[in-house]
Amino acid sequence: MSRETSSSLGREAWRRLRSNRMAMIGLWALACFSLLSIFGPLISAFSYDQQNLDRVFEGPGVEHWFGTDNLGRDLFARVTHGGRISLAVGLLATLVSLVIGVSYGMISGYTGGRIDAWMMRFVDVLYSLPFTIFVILLMVLFGRNFLLLFLAIGAVEWLTMARITRAQTMHLKKAEFIEAARALGYSHGRILFRHLLPNLIGPIIVYATLTIPAVMLLEAVLSFLGLGIQAPMSSWGSLIKEGAEKMDAAPWLLFFPGTFFCLTLFALNFVGDGLRDALDPKTSKD
Amino acid sequence: MNRFILSRILQAVPTLWVIATLTFFMTRFAPGGPFDAEKTIPEEIKVKLHSHFGLDLPLFDQYLLYLKNLLQGDLGPSFKYPGWEVSELIGSAFPVSLTLGLLSLCIALLIGLPAGIIAALRQNTWLDYLPMSLSMAGICLPSFVLGPMLIFAFSTQLGLFPPLGWYGATDWVLPSLTLGFFYAAYVARLTRAGMLETLKLDYIRTARAKGASDWRIIFGHALRGGLLPVVTFLGPAFAGLISGSFVIETIFFIPGLGKFFVTAAFNRDYTMVLGTVLFYATLILMLNLLVDLLQAVLDPKSRSSS
Amino acid sequence: MYSHRLNNLLLWPASLALWFLLHGCTQPTNVEIALDEQILHFGLGAEPQHLDPHLATSVAAHNILSALLEGLVGEDPKTLKPVPGVAHRWEKSADGLTYLFFLREQAKWSNGDSVTAHDFVYSFRRILNPSLGAQYASMLHPIKNAKIYHAGEKSWDESKVGARALNDHLLEIVLEYPIPYFLELLNHYSWFPVHRPTIEQHDAYARMGTAWTRPGNFVGNGPFSLTSHRINSVIETRRNEFYWDADKVRLQGIHFYPIESVDTEERAYRSGFLHLTQSVSADRIDYLKEKYPGELHCEPYLGTYFYRFNLQSPPFDDLRIRRALSLSINRERLVDKVLKGGQLPATTFTPPGTGGFFPTPKFPYDPQLARQLLMEYLDEKGLERLPPIELTYNTSEGHKKVAEALHGMWKDTLGVEIRLLNMEWKVFLSTISRGEFSLARAGWIGDYMDPHTFLQMWRSGDGLNMTGWSNQSYDAALARAETSVSPEERMDHFQTCEDLLATEVPILPLYFYVHLTLRHPSVKGWHPTLLDHHPYKHVYLATEDEQ
Repeated sequence: MSRETSSSLGREAWRRLRSNRMAMIGLWALACFSLLSIFGPLISAFSYDQQNLDRVFEGPGVEHWFGTDNLGRDLFARVTHGGRISLAVGLLATLVSLVIGVSYGMISGYTGGRIDAWMMRFVDVLYSLPFTIFVILLMVLFGRNFLLLFLAIGAVEWLTMARITRAQTMHLKKAEFIEAARALGYSHGRILFRHLLPNLIGPIIVYATLTIPAVMLLEAVLSFLGLGIQAPMSSWGSLIKEGAEKMDAAPWLLFFPGTFFCLTLFALNFVGDGLRDALDPKTSKD
Repeated sequence: MNRFILSRILQAVPTLWVIATLTFFMTRFAPGGPFDAEKTIPEEIKVKLHSHFGLDLPLFDQYLLYLKNLLQGDLGPSFKYPGWEVSELIGSAFPVSLTLGLLSLCIALLIGLPAGIIAALRQNTWLDYLPMSLSMAGICLPSFVLGPMLIFAFSTQLGLFPPLGWYGATDWVLPSLTLGFFYAAYVARLTRAGMLETLKLDYIRTARAKGASDWRIIFGHALRGGLLPVVTFLGPAFAGLISGSFVIETIFFIPGLGKFFVTAAFNRDYTMVLGTVLFYATLILMLNLLVDLLQAVLDPKSRSSS
Repeated sequence: MYSHRLNNLLLWPASLALWFLLHGCTQPTNVEIALDEQILHFGLGAEPQHLDPHLATSVAAHNILSALLEGLVGEDPKTLKPVPGVAHRWEKSADGLTYLFFLREQAKWSNGDSVTAHDFVYSFRRILNPSLGAQYASMLHPIKNAKIYHAGEKSWDESKVGARALNDHLLEIVLEYPIPYFLELLNHYSWFPVHRPTIEQHDAYARMGTAWTRPGNFVGNGPFSLTSHRINSVIETRRNEFYWDADKVRLQGIHFYPIESVDTEERAYRSGFLHLTQSVSADRIDYLKEKYPGELHCEPYLGTYFYRFNLQSPPFDDLRIRRALSLSINRERLVDKVLKGGQLPATTFTPPGTGGFFPTPKFPYDPQLARQLLMEYLDEKGLERLPPIELTYNTSEGHKKVAEALHGMWKDTLGVEIRLLNMEWKVFLSTISRGEFSLARAGWIGDYMDPHTFLQMWRSGDGLNMTGWSNQSYDAALARAETSVSPEERMDHFQTCEDLLATEVPILPLYFYVHLTLRHPSVKGWHPTLLDHHPYKHVYLATEDEQ
């Protein structure tokens, strides 16, 4: 019974989303950038680490569509390769924060009582920590591990996810279909994951879409401090950092990765806003 | 109210203790020590340095010694700059970061609030789209791009402002703008969203029907509701301003706390790292308390939920 | 219902923008003001860890200490040859073991006290005192019996250390063995004097981390004195009226700015905030040469940039692989295309011209021979190709660029896969010192103008060796160079050392450093020197027409 309701709700939400022009443009843009990032390195004649010391700092042209960098590497190849890295970091770190945050929030909200109180107090305490500082400390002290990068960044963002999930869980806990499931004797685990979770998807997706830009910005800041991706690989963040330094001599080095980065972030924000409006009828725009 | 404040203060103590312990052991387990240098130090000298800083004691003893000093308010000497106490260094750097943070916040509010209010009141017109697009740019443009752009334009080319430093009032402008722009964007969006929410409410429609002017509506009724999400955002935002300012401080060569922290981490300056982390944590806890109190004033409904 | 008053809200941001634009109204820059004020604005590159000359270790510290203190001898601003400092003349015994320094009577500290020979003996005692833990104490080991005292077993008098004040203005120094470059050594800040009453007042004789180096406490005998020190912000110095040669000093003060980010420093220079930068990013060289002709300077610097092999880490235990890697590096191309600062390719370890030493160039470029050697190795071991090589370097744009360039060269010539591993400085140092590397980036700046400062590192078991290379012939040649008196013999022995390095290839010398700096044309009396030493007393600020 709950499945029927959610699919007609889903279709309703989709219809609202489709009428939101900015969100649809965002969705198309995201698709474009993702495709470019996945297939760009494949269609490019150059590899992202292929140097050509005779052709450094060349502007965009026929051979090098986006120009070359300080070691004569093709910028198009590097930007698309960087897209893979940035989007991967964005998705994976968000996934980490999702998994931790949603599980935590669900368990806390569902259990209620003293356990819930303590769990939330823990979250409050963590909320008050200067998390960016810990991430930097972690990266400085323990080295430049790709895995550590996702985990560290993801660990910064899970708190808000936990809070939102908990609030929703507490709200849904009282719903009839949950009481029915309990009366039927379903185990708590089953209730959590097969009944509660599907109904939380909405806010989770919204929040996830809005977390990805935050994660990508955090990765850019880490690159600025020299704590991000290892050379010769690149992410949009590290490319932007290099480009910003050479803005006056070689503006294309900033322009292309910067545009990709900013437009992707724009798109994610619009889609996220659109999803939020679509899934929650109370905040409709008109 | 007093009981609320007291309980929060009591909660803060174990929090800070956990943070101190975590940071202490994290820094000690990291590879590299404060006295590694390219001209490798002869063993005897290294031993001497370690004993001067008490690094030759067993780790747990060092930890207890540190806690004991901490309770007396002694953060210890900096490992990297031995003639200076950590508390002195924090004391000189914090006012700088504070000024930077406050100015950025002012700019954020001065630009963001009006922008958000106008956007809300003139929804779906160009007065809405323009500020909202600009704010989107503000959120998505990293400060290490905006900063050099501003310096290049207003300092190198036009010679209007100094390119770096924190020596006089003119030095404050560009860094605060760079940092403030980002937060202005957030403030604008939050204000707009909050006001839109409030403007739909019935009592506003009643007021309009009764013929109240725009000004009256804003300041008499809607602003409170519009400000609420901004205030909630302010606490962590201010903390973020102070702790996240290291990018700005590097670009503009500002001797603020963020820069000290990052350099200390890179230098394995244990005492400095611990000092800064604890300082930030205390600051954020206090700010959160303030924000919660402010929230309670603005929105009586939230009082009961604590 | 469109309220006009609403639009007043727009006035906020509008007036803000207007104020912003109007306020600036072009400010005079530091460089412009300096022509009247005669204050030099110097980019220091890093915050010095110590201002105590007996504890300092960095270039940043040197730049400040050479303003605040003066040693027995000074340096000629163009050739760096020893000239009278606190000592107005000296005598050397026939056997080269005993030096007599005649101190000038007018030499004074910045509080008016006289500088005496006793001050120097006190200072030597201090830095050699084992309880102080001075890192550069070994610079004074040439003094007879200084090493014994430093080892801590005997007292100063018991050790009979060869430094004593014959009277207030006569200092005698006896050496362990004759050193041709002894007078040059005296320019290192480890030999500088400190003011005894100040040290004792702050109980700093055998303690580090005291307040004696703070402005208001610091007493020095150099051309400038310390007036202000804000960490990570600025270090200000003003003309010292008590300096014996104060009449010659034309600058009124020097402000040092410890800007670490090379981009920020460049912006500072271009906006007229600094007269001099500490360095320049290699990527910016072409652009800056065009935009600021005559202001970008690429000056040869006494240092070698090289990579270290770890001979205990296969495949670098095999000479053929080491040679193959060395032969595949096109150093000319590296220097021309990647570094672009006018650096010289390093075909020896010691830079040519160091103290009159011109080693024969070795370390050739021969990709064919390289491939041959690689094939030989692979065949013998029965391998298809080499396992990936890890190249370790400390985080920096410059090192990254070189590493990436070499990665390209080795990939092209040998088909070898290189994994670039960068880590930040502290981690890097501890990794290298523990031998947890295969191939690592390194650099060495000479402390004084003699090949010894470069070649002594490769002695078996030396603290700086870290390659695991040990060669008895090398050790023997080095020992002979240390004790011979004839300059030609010394050079021969040093050449033997260089030959051995070229045959055994424990290291890969890449290029000789060049000091890249932006310098404003109004800075006069500043001459390029191999050690990047610039005696401030000769510097002044003037426009082209003035003198």
